[in-house]
Amino acid sequence: MTDNDIGILDTPEMITRREAVLRVSALLGGVALIGSSAFITGCRTEKTSTAGEAFTADDIAYLDEIADTILPTTSTPGAKAAKTGAFMALMVRDAYSPEDEKTFRDGMRELNDASTEKNGVPFIAATPQQRLALLQALDREQFTLSEQRKAEAKKRSDEFLSEKQQAAPAPTATTATKISDQPPKGYFRMMKELALLGYFTSEIGMTQAQRYVESPGRYDPCIPYDGKPAWAGHA
Amino acid sequence: MDHHFRAGANGKLEGLDDKYYFGRRPNGFYIPRYRNLFGDKRQYLRGFGYQGGAGREGWGRAVAELGVGGAFKDAMSMPGGWTIGATAFGEMLPNHNNKVSIDQTKKDKWGMPVIAIDCAIGENERAMRRDMQVDLAELLNACGVKDVGVYDAGYFPGQGIHEMGTARMGRDPKTSVLNSHNQVWDAPNVFVTDGSCMASAACVNPSLTYMALTARAADYAVNELNRRNI
Repeated sequence: MTDNDIGILDTPEMITRREAVLRVSALLGGVALIGSSAFITGCRTEKTSTAGEAFTADDIAYLDEIADTILPTTSTPGAKAAKTGAFMALMVRDAYSPEDEKTFRDGMRELNDASTEKNGVPFIAATPQQRLALLQALDREQFTLSEQRKAEAKKRSDEFLSEKQQAAPAPTATTATKISDQPPKGYFRMMKELALLGYFTSEIGMTQAQRYVESPGRYDPCIPYDGKPAWAGHA
Repeated sequence: MDHHFRAGANGKLEGLDDKYYFGRRPNGFYIPRYRNLFGDKRQYLRGFGYQGGAGREGWGRAVAELGVGGAFKDAMSMPGGWTIGATAFGEMLPNHNNKVSIDQTKKDKWGMPVIAIDCAIGENERAMRRDMQVDLAELLNACGVKDVGVYDAGYFPGQGIHEMGTARMGRDPKTSVLNSHNQVWDAPNVFVTDGSCMASAACVNPSLTYMALTARAADYAVNELNRRNI
């Protein structure tokens, strides 16, 4: 068993982080994260490693590089500095269904294959520009799918609103869901969601990328916006 | 009974990008029930209230936006646009088919029969869920909110965590479990003061009512004790 196996899942730091994530994922502006039903109920999936073994140190280093390509160091540290790779591995192992975990795992392999095919080297050996190009292409794919579903949901919502009121109570709820549809389950969507979640709930993400005030002491409901980073949520 | 919810509407507020807030608002907004009151008549009985809030989007919006890389990270660290939304909490009608009984077929690991819970929302609740969405969309549109959309995220009993009923208060021991002091008809030294005692659910959060009933029943119990009645 390596450090990155069961041990890391149960350190107090990880448990506290998980609590923060459970709260945050419930507030994500109505967008349902892949695996979020498990995040919110806090259920530990009682699964054996159906998708293979635990994430190795190499796996975590690879995930760190993926996350760091999505969220690199700018004037604030990036996802690798915030140990986002380990977080992604934790969430996939602990909260994803076995099917989703398999999709994620297969995706890690697919991305490496794509890099080898395009650049002659696996992802971790590719240059920053090469990595960015690969992920931008994947991002465009998942965004297009996501926009399609949003448009469909909006259409259903508009149709629902324009239906005439029926004389008798409707026998079934004609549900027009604008939010809380499960998003399309592509592996890059998973990686992007987990990278964002891991980064923006990390200490670096909350105290350096965003502005963190532990106990504001007062509430000012309407003040001029000064152009600075967003207030971080409660840790 | 419970409160059925997870239906409502939301949208975007434009023209306020020069405004922000500081600190954490302790609550959202609440719109009390107005349906089937003051002469209003719908195809369902009773009604619902709304619980909602507004604010600027945070990094959560990044999940649905196009972008990877440094500029993307920096942009997502800034507050996003203003959004507003609310969820309705609706009354569930009392229904004799919603009941708790002893399951004669299943035992727990100690050999005791388990509880069988039968509970489902019905036609009245489903009809109400339409208004829960449509009314709020109308309200938000009238307020100039843009890109208004409705949602019904589905609901099953228990999700509202406002469980009520199954040990009803009543006047007749043949049709109720508790008298008007939350006292069990068949066992005067037992008082039940949580949501079980409710004969109907309304659409408002019930905990303060439970607390008031508990204080009242405790006061009665103490007096009865002192009179040696229990």
